[in-house]
Amino acid sequence: MAKPRVKAPSSVKKGQVFEVKCLVSHKMESGQRKDRKTGEPIPRMIINRFVATFNGKEVFSADWHPAISANPYMAFYMKAEESGDLELTWIDDKGEKITAKKSITVG
Amino acid sequence: MTEPRNPAACSRRRFIVAAGAAALAGFSGIRVAHADQAMVDEAMMKLIGDRKPGDGTMIKLDLPEIAENGNTVPLKFEVESPMTGDDYVKSVHVFAEGNPRPDVASFHFTPASGKAAASTRMRLAKTQNVVAVAEMSDGKVYMAKKEVKVTIGGCGG
Repeated sequence: MAKPRVKAPSSVKKGQVFEVKCLVSHKMESGQRKDRKTGEPIPRMIINRFVATFNGKEVFSADWHPAISANPYMAFYMKAEESGDLELTWIDDKGEKITAKKSITVG
Repeated sequence: MTEPRNPAACSRRRFIVAAGAAALAGFSGIRVAHADQAMVDEAMMKLIGDRKPGDGTMIKLDLPEIAENGNTVPLKFEVESPMTGDDYVKSVHVFAEGNPRPDVASFHFTPASGKAAASTRMRLAKTQNVVAVAEMSDGKVYMAKKEVKVTIGGCGG
């Protein structure tokens, strides 16, 4: 798995609302396509859940369906009252997880 | 065309032929049926129950009027809300009325989100309405809708 790309400020003011953008490589196979040669359906294999926590507490999450594009991009907002770690987790249909972490300092 | 096909594929093939060659224009691969209103209602029912959504004037749904590539259509929204502990947007559910399956995504917010806004990219199989339903912390639901014209459909949205 390729490393996810995360863009978030490394330092923010207390209570300031800021944007977090992230991108992860995944084919997001919808389960709707068929193999052109055999006619067999290609099994669904997508990331169905995305969770963002800050210091262990959920700030934002999403449930994704096959209509989310390949290499899913997600941008959301959050605010922080104290310095800590932003942890992002992507979970696929097999339960496999991709994670990313970013420290954010509240000044 | 000589390789054996299973009966399901055969009947689908016949259906497509019957539906006319026009339906095939612009598509490679095998087409699938699109959602009908019943499927949209059912998908919505699963998430918000039988609550009747109000007019979503506070939902700003930012979608292109024309999407050239249905495989990656930018979806952006913002719901006006104070986002405090006792008054915030809990979730926003997005549906695509003309996709094989209407569910697109559900986004869940907390007061620590600060702002009930998000953006991502989605697949749209054809020109259709995209619906956003916002669920507030007090249980009220609101709905906004916008049409997106799709030039090249995203296969298997």
